[in-house]
Amino acid sequence: MISWPGLVAQLTEVLLAVLLAPILLGWVNQCRAWLQNKNGPGVLQPYRTLRKLFAKEAVLAHNASPLFRATPYALFACMCLAAAIVPTLGTDLPFSPAADAIALVGILALARVFISLAAMDIGTAFGSLGARREMMVGFLAEPALLMVLFTASLISHSTSLATIVAQLTQAEFVVYPSLALAGVAFTMVSLAENARIPVDNPSTHLELTMIHEAMVLEYSGRHLALIEWSAALKLFVYSCIGIALFFPFGIAQGGDALGLVLALPALAAKLGVGGFALAVIETVSAKMRIFRAPEFLGTAFLLAVLAMLIHFLLEA
Amino acid sequence: MHLPLASQIINLLAAVLLLLSFAMLTQRRILSLINLFALQGLTLTLSTLVVAFSTGQHHLYYSATLTFVLKVLILPWVLHRLIRRLNVKWDVETLINIPTTMLVGIVLVILAFNVALPISQLAGTITKSTLGIALACVLLAFLMMITRSKAVPQVIGFLAMENGLFFAATSATYGMPMVVEFGIALDVLVGMVILGVFFFQIRERFDSLDIRHLEKLKEE
Repeated sequence: MISWPGLVAQLTEVLLAVLLAPILLGWVNQCRAWLQNKNGPGVLQPYRTLRKLFAKEAVLAHNASPLFRATPYALFACMCLAAAIVPTLGTDLPFSPAADAIALVGILALARVFISLAAMDIGTAFGSLGARREMMVGFLAEPALLMVLFTASLISHSTSLATIVAQLTQAEFVVYPSLALAGVAFTMVSLAENARIPVDNPSTHLELTMIHEAMVLEYSGRHLALIEWSAALKLFVYSCIGIALFFPFGIAQGGDALGLVLALPALAAKLGVGGFALAVIETVSAKMRIFRAPEFLGTAFLLAVLAMLIHFLLEA
Repeated sequence: MHLPLASQIINLLAAVLLLLSFAMLTQRRILSLINLFALQGLTLTLSTLVVAFSTGQHHLYYSATLTFVLKVLILPWVLHRLIRRLNVKWDVETLINIPTTMLVGIVLVILAFNVALPISQLAGTITKSTLGIALACVLLAFLMMITRSKAVPQVIGFLAMENGLFFAATSATYGMPMVVEFGIALDVLVGMVILGVFFFQIRERFDSLDIRHLEKLKEE
């Protein structure tokens, strides 16, 4: 039934994602600092923040419901599950038949619903404001993300991410114009979903236009640590989806051990380049007004639909 | 099943062309619009070069050179000069809001792809499947001309339409005869000059480049 090497690979992959996600975040922040001519706090800064937050006492509002307390754990669990589905090192994942690309979008949506409910739970103005904005961004970004995944599914005739990656790596090198368009759309969606700069600013608590930070203002201590950690995991998961769909070369086929070992430096290199690109995008673009976000995400959706149409015209 | 590499590159460039058409449709600033137009010309040059190289059609090299000189160098330069002299860098007006325009654009693309499908099945060129994209570019440029109220974006729409037609010609029949191509190039250049003169006339008469003022022109 379940192969032991596969299970080991699966566990390594999840553990790796959970442990390495803060480094990716730290790397992006470090690159941003360099691009702004600053020294930067170092790549390990997110770990220090997490240790500090775990050591602190968690303070809850008097009217906080159990939902508020459960949300950080639910969020973290959702992101771990998402990390388990996305193939990062190898395609032989015993877990991947359990959920395909559509379910992955659903898991990410579940996490969003939880954090939005928790943000409205206390009843502060900032919380509900952030929750509403998050839901707006979410409902615009989700169809675009689904369309991107559908385009990749049409090419490989499967909605399972592991099969998509296996198909794309096995086939001889083919230029897919549709995947190029889908890649642009995916970049825009992941910028919006990860609260990065054209849509939201991740490095401030002091703006009236903040989205993600507004929702987590009430959290402290270990709860905040878990939320920060899941935000880092989310960035990691999105980067890995991007790598799996658009640059899958180097991901090991099946359960071959040497391939898995070789896939690790490949993944690290790709994440490094991707993180630097993200920092460049964030540095050169200005934050949009919140009412421009629908236009931004509408463009992403349009590009994803165009990718699908072009697949039917040129590649079918 | 798999296409040769040249076809793949042409298909990719065609997709980029379509992407640029959409970018122009949704662009608010005139300066970026002109840069996008120059980029579209460059993509067109590249795709013509690839077609020329892979089919050995020598006249396409000339037409690629012509495209490069005219649409990447001269026309953007003329347009840049024009908007500097007219002082209209921050023109942001569209008649319909941009998300609606994009939706109409998608419908046009679907229409173009459907119309072009039977035609491209009859063509024997390696670029036949890009005919739908060329047609879509023409229609999107049309849409851009319709949705803009100012004169300069309308002219850029007109020029982008010519780009689409040129791409259609290379994708359906490996380009038009040399004489026709030279004629069209000259037409575009002269048209640009005349329209440039028109801009100044319109602005002098109405103190604005808004085309809607032209509807009110009556003999006293």
